[in-house]
Amino acid sequence: MELDTGVTAWMLTSASLVLLMTPGLALFYGGMVRGKSVLNMMMMSFGAMAVVGVIYVLWGWSMSYADGSVAGLFGNPFEQFGLAGTIYDDAGEFVLSDGLPVIVDVGFQATFAIITVALISGALAERVKFSTWLVFSGLWVTLSYFPMAHMVWGGGLLSDDGPFASIADPIDFAGGTVVHINAGVAALVLAIIVGKRKGFGKEPMRPHNLPFVMLGAALLWFGWFGFNAGSAYGADGAAGLAWVNTTTATAAAIIGWLITEKIRDGHATSLGAASGVVAGLVAITPAAGDVSPLGAIAVGIIAGALSALAVGLKYRFGYDDSLDVVGVHLVAGLWGTVALGFLATGSGLFYGGGVNQLIVQVLIALVAIAISAVVTAVLGLLLKATMGWRVSEDAEVNSIDLAVHGETAYENIAQGTVVKEVRA
Amino acid sequence: MKLVTGIIQPHRLDDVKSALEAAGVRGMTVSEASGYGRQKGHTEVYRGAEYTVDLVPKVRIEVLVDDADAGAVTEVVIKAAQTGKIGDGKVWTVPVDDVARVRTGEHGPGAL
Repeated sequence: MELDTGVTAWMLTSASLVLLMTPGLALFYGGMVRGKSVLNMMMMSFGAMAVVGVIYVLWGWSMSYADGSVAGLFGNPFEQFGLAGTIYDDAGEFVLSDGLPVIVDVGFQATFAIITVALISGALAERVKFSTWLVFSGLWVTLSYFPMAHMVWGGGLLSDDGPFASIADPIDFAGGTVVHINAGVAALVLAIIVGKRKGFGKEPMRPHNLPFVMLGAALLWFGWFGFNAGSAYGADGAAGLAWVNTTTATAAAIIGWLITEKIRDGHATSLGAASGVVAGLVAITPAAGDVSPLGAIAVGIIAGALSALAVGLKYRFGYDDSLDVVGVHLVAGLWGTVALGFLATGSGLFYGGGVNQLIVQVLIALVAIAISAVVTAVLGLLLKATMGWRVSEDAEVNSIDLAVHGETAYENIAQGTVVKEVRA
Repeated sequence: MKLVTGIIQPHRLDDVKSALEAAGVRGMTVSEASGYGRQKGHTEVYRGAEYTVDLVPKVRIEVLVDDADAGAVTEVVIKAAQTGKIGDGKVWTVPVDDVARVRTGEHGPGAL
C-alpha cells in the first residue's frame, strides 16, 4: 500500500496532541498540591517525558511491537533496538504499515508511554526523591508498560491473537488496560510502599491553585482527541466516532461527578468538574471506537459518579494516593474496560452479544491488574531498599521544591528571598 | 498622637478609604490580614474531604492621627465598614510615643 498522506497527517497531529497531555497533566497535578511542592510535582511529569522519551526509541518500541514475541509477554528488545529496521526498508524507502510510515507510529506510541508513567506520579506527591522517581520511570515503563502494550496491542497474550480470543476478541481501543489500569494499580501499590505524607489526614492539604487544575483538565481533554481519535489509525469515520464518544462521555462524567458531590457535600466544585473530565476521558478510552454515543453517555455519567465516590476510599483505608490516581484512573479505567462487556456495539450484552465479551473484558482487566501489581511491588520494594523513596522529613515539611530542585514557585514559600549575590 | 487600627471586611475597604479621605485623613496603611473572631471560619470540600478554614481574610487599615481626631476617625471607620453582620471586625486606638517623617527627619505631630 502506498503512503496515505491523510492518515499520516492525522497521526502526526495525534502524536503531538498526546504529547501535550503530559504538560497538561503537570498543571492538573501541580495545581492540586500545596504551593511549596508545585515545582516538584510538575517536574515528575517532565522527568517522565525525559526518561521515557529516550528509552522509547532505544528498546521501548522493540519491546512493544517488534517481531519475535517472548511468550506473548513482550517483544524482543534487541530485535529493533534503536529503531533498527523500522525507519527505512532495504530500498531506502520509509517503512510503511497500512499506508502509515512506521516511524510516525513510533512517535505516536512513545507519547502514550510517557503519559502513562507520568500519571503514576499523582500518588507520590510532595514526598519522593526525584532521582528515585526517574529510575523508577525507566524500570517501570520497561517492565510493566512495554509488556502490557505488547500483550494488548502488539499481538501478545491479551490481543486478538491471544488465548482469550477464543471466547471473544478483547477490546482495548486506546488504553484502558495498558494505560489506566496499569498506572492506577501502580499508583495504589506505590502509595502503600512509599507511605503517607507527614500529616496526611490531619493537616490541611488543599489544592493551592484550582485554575491550574482546570487548565490542566482542559489540555488533557484537548490532547485526548489524539489519544482516542488517533487510535483509530485513520482520518475517517472511525476517528470521528471516537472523537464524538470522547467528548460525550467526558461531558456526561462532569455531570455524574457534580451531581454526586452536590448530593454528598452540598456544592458542585471546580475541582469536581476538572476531576469529572478526567474520569470520563479515562473511562471512554478503551471504549471510544466500540460504543455508540448513547453508550458513551452511560459510560461517562457512571464513571463520574463512581470516581467521585471512590476518591474517599484512601481516607478509609489509610493510603496516601495524594491526587487520586486510584480513584480516578484505576476505577474509571476498570469501569470503561468492563462496560464494553455491556455496551460494545455488536458484541456487548445489551446488544444481544451474550456474556462472552463481558467475561473477556473482566479477564483482561484482571490480568492487567496482576501484572502491574507484581511488577510495581517488586520495583517499589527494590528501590525502597536501595535508593530509598522519601526525601528527608525536613525537606518534606519545609518545601520539597527548595530542597530537591533549589527553587521555589512563589515568593512567600521560602523566607528570605532577598537576592544577596548574583554570580554569572 | 494615636494609632487607629481597624480590622474590616475586605469588601468594605473602598468605602472606608473614601470616607476617611472625605473626613480629611491624608494617609493610611492597608494590609491583608487573616483571623477570626465570633465569625469563626468556614468549611471547604475538596474531592469529598472537608477542610475547616479557621482564618478568614480581612483587611487591616492603620491611620496615625492627632489625639483630638482619634474618636472621630474611629466613628468614620465604623460607619463605613458596618454591615451589621458577624465578621464586620474591630477598631482600636493606641497611644503613639513618637512619629518621624523619613523624608525630612521631622518628629512629632508635624510629621503626621
